[in-house]
Amino acid sequence: MKAIDNLLAPHANALSVRQKRMEVLGANIANAATPNYKARDIDFASAYGQAMSGRSTLASTATGHIKSATGSAPDTMYRTPVSASLDGNTVELHVEQLQFAENATRYEASLQFLSDRIRGLRTALRGE
Amino acid sequence: MKNLTIFDIAGRAMSAQQVRLNTIASNLANANTVSSSADTAYRALRPVFEAEFPAFQEGSGIATVSAVDIKKSDVAPEKRYAPTHPLADPEGYIFATNVDPNEELVDMMEAARQYQNNIEVLATAKSLMIKTLSVGK
Repeated sequence: MKAIDNLLAPHANALSVRQKRMEVLGANIANAATPNYKARDIDFASAYGQAMSGRSTLASTATGHIKSATGSAPDTMYRTPVSASLDGNTVELHVEQLQFAENATRYEASLQFLSDRIRGLRTALRGE
Repeated sequence: MKNLTIFDIAGRAMSAQQVRLNTIASNLANANTVSSSADTAYRALRPVFEAEFPAFQEGSGIATVSAVDIKKSDVAPEKRYAPTHPLADPEGYIFATNVDPNEELVDMMEAARQYQNNIEVLATAKSLMIKTLSVGK
């Protein structure tokens, strides 16, 4: 089971981080007209590193610790705007759209890789 | 508020933009309304947008938006001398609304664009989810 987990985990974790990032970018786009809203983003590399090392869920170091139900969210950081608007909103729609499109494409790529690995496993199981 | 999914985020943002479009429609419809006093003159409506952070996901950066209030513009209505107008006050003045149609049209375009953006987010999220359902097949 561990072997299968090792095979699938890289792409599965990438998918979950990509999904989290999609929510954050979606929130930015949703708040494009909100005064004083500060655009945020997730640094994929560090969030992915976190997910792979299993630190995305709270460590339970004592028996009394309750396991976290959802796992802590990856750290978000504020985006530095190219040209901030007067109302204090730092969402720049073109930037967000670009990032969102890129994120969606990469999500699809990870999905494809995951799909291929599962198919590979199936082929191996059947022994055709 | 519970956990927000991308559908909630985009959906609520669309509702907020809808409120904005409604106020714009109301403003444009009343662009030529006149009144006999400054107090009763129609004043442009402006929605107030506010980011909504669910308590459960605090610090995750996930927020949706809601139109928390609708305020009346405090620009003074235009006082116009028209003694023959049926609504003119005893001094012969009528009070035209403070709606600026140009401003409203620009605002309308922006609202429509942002509404479309949210639909795009929704459509992308939906198609990715459908693809995820058939992973490994």
